Amino acid sequence: MPPDIAWPRNDYSRVPFALYHDPEIYERERALIFGGKAWCYLGLEAEIPNKGDFKTSFAGDIPVLLSRDLDGQIHAVVNRCTHRGALVRREMRGNARSHVCIYHRWCFGLDGKLIGIPLRKGVGGAGGISPDFDPAEHPLKPFRLGAVNGALFGTLADDAEALDDYLGPAVRAQICRVLHKPVRVLGYQRQRMQGNWKMYAENTRDNYHAGLLHSFATAFALDRATMQGGAVMDARHRHNYTYQIADSDSQAAAERVYADAQPEAFRLKLRDPRYLDVRRERDDNMRSVITSLFPNAVFAQAGNSLVIRQIRPKRADLVEIVFTLLGYQDDDADMNERRLLTANMSGPAGYIAMEDGEAVEIVAAATRSQQAEHSVIEIGGRGALPEQFGRATDVALRGFWSYYAELMGIEPADGVR
Amino acid sequence: MSETESVGVLFADYGWLLDTAAYDDWLALFSEMSLYQIMPRENLDAGFAASLIYCRGKDMLRDRITSLRDVNKFNIHTTRHIIGRSRVGTPSGGLIPAVTPFAVYQTDQEGVSQLFAVGAYDSLLSRQGGALQLESQIVQLDTFSVPTLLSDPL
Repeated sequence: MPPDIAWPRNDYSRVPFALYHDPEIYERERALIFGGKAWCYLGLEAEIPNKGDFKTSFAGDIPVLLSRDLDGQIHAVVNRCTHRGALVRREMRGNARSHVCIYHRWCFGLDGKLIGIPLRKGVGGAGGISPDFDPAEHPLKPFRLGAVNGALFGTLADDAEALDDYLGPAVRAQICRVLHKPVRVLGYQRQRMQGNWKMYAENTRDNYHAGLLHSFATAFALDRATMQGGAVMDARHRHNYTYQIADSDSQAAAERVYADAQPEAFRLKLRDPRYLDVRRERDDNMRSVITSLFPNAVFAQAGNSLVIRQIRPKRADLVEIVFTLLGYQDDDADMNERRLLTANMSGPAGYIAMEDGEAVEIVAAATRSQQAEHSVIEIGGRGALPEQFGRATDVALRGFWSYYAELMGIEPADGVR
Repeated sequence: MSETESVGVLFADYGWLLDTAAYDDWLALFSEMSLYQIMPRENLDAGFAASLIYCRGKDMLRDRITSLRDVNKFNIHTTRHIIGRSRVGTPSGGLIPAVTPFAVYQTDQEGVSQLFAVGAYDSLLSRQGGALQLESQIVQLDTFSVPTLLSDPL
């Protein structure tokens, strides 16, 4: 039975706070989103480049094991032993010929097939597994795996649509743009927020908070809502990307718009602005493109910074964000150093990112106690969902909730899609 | 005073100056060319170069402080650095290596304290006119899944 959610409006411009806090909702997300029809971002082929490489990941809080077998094929399975349910791989990354559960040493191939059971024939004629036990029926549970230019996505639903259809051509093209040539992992940043994962998913979909919450962006005249740009959603409105065009506004216009909002705007100068200096590396003129994928990933290019964020819910009220910082394999030393300096912009200490942790936690703190109350999401209007709209709107949040409600089986009557 | 004692005095100042938000005095512990970096232990162990904060030269560190004071928003808190004894190595090329364990607790407005970060300072120090200065300060962060956010330097 789906929980009875009282949506005040059918266009998702009002979202009841219970959706962030109710443990039943969280259980249902495990079944119908992360363990259901959504395609979850799991990692990169570049993180397991060699035969035998593996890494652990998560789809929601479902543990995932990614491996590259000895033929170079990549497999994604649930990282849970089919015997007694233990984690099979405990290490975050490594290289191996097989995966052995330490508990009773059940052994699985890199493709997840069960290939060995100790004491299978028993000890001294006693014990042993049932004679009709067929190892072929007990592999590690496989994900359907899909890839876009080396980005790996998985779903546990046999009836999920094809990955390319799920992403849609416009959004898929943005993943391809970030991963347009072979990448190299430069490292990770992690941030843990005491709040629900959807608070962060919403945060990444409202682009205009950057110029208001992340004051660094405007204080140093780096990123402002007056820059030309726009936002695009896929046809089902579940993903979106926002873009900004470099050098597309004037200082005077920006100062007029921000005059009331932020007295500190544009007043400060950096003593060493090297990490704001962008070396042009693409034909297009995009200052930044931020692509949010339902349910758990953000692909971002901002200047020379390339970052993939994976949203990892831990509980209804705890979420971890893992930032994977990338460069291209053919980066020269100058570009590599620029990318390392851009690490100052992202993650838990990021000049224009750290505040997101506080934003999530203050929403969690104030919504917990009155879950029948709701947010108001109508900057950019109400009603039908457009595919293209301005940057400074909440429209993509309504798209997120629309698809969320569909997967969860909790759409209101005549809910917009 | 032995070198180990001198380094200990510097880190006693280091923690106290951060906890009292005396950032200008804290900056004075660094040389002009100093490196300041907060490195997740995960990246160090796997050989990845990316960090959480990467200040190449003291001006980048000054900018961090400017932004912390005037620009960034963060959870309202105070900090308390608990800094252990330094393991001081053999000087080489005028630089004194030292490794120093630390823990930082944060306390919120309701008086609730929580462990925020554990790690070790991997430092290179020099003597300038008798006083020790930090030439390189790499903060090895064991607590690399950072709770909430990282606003003030460790």
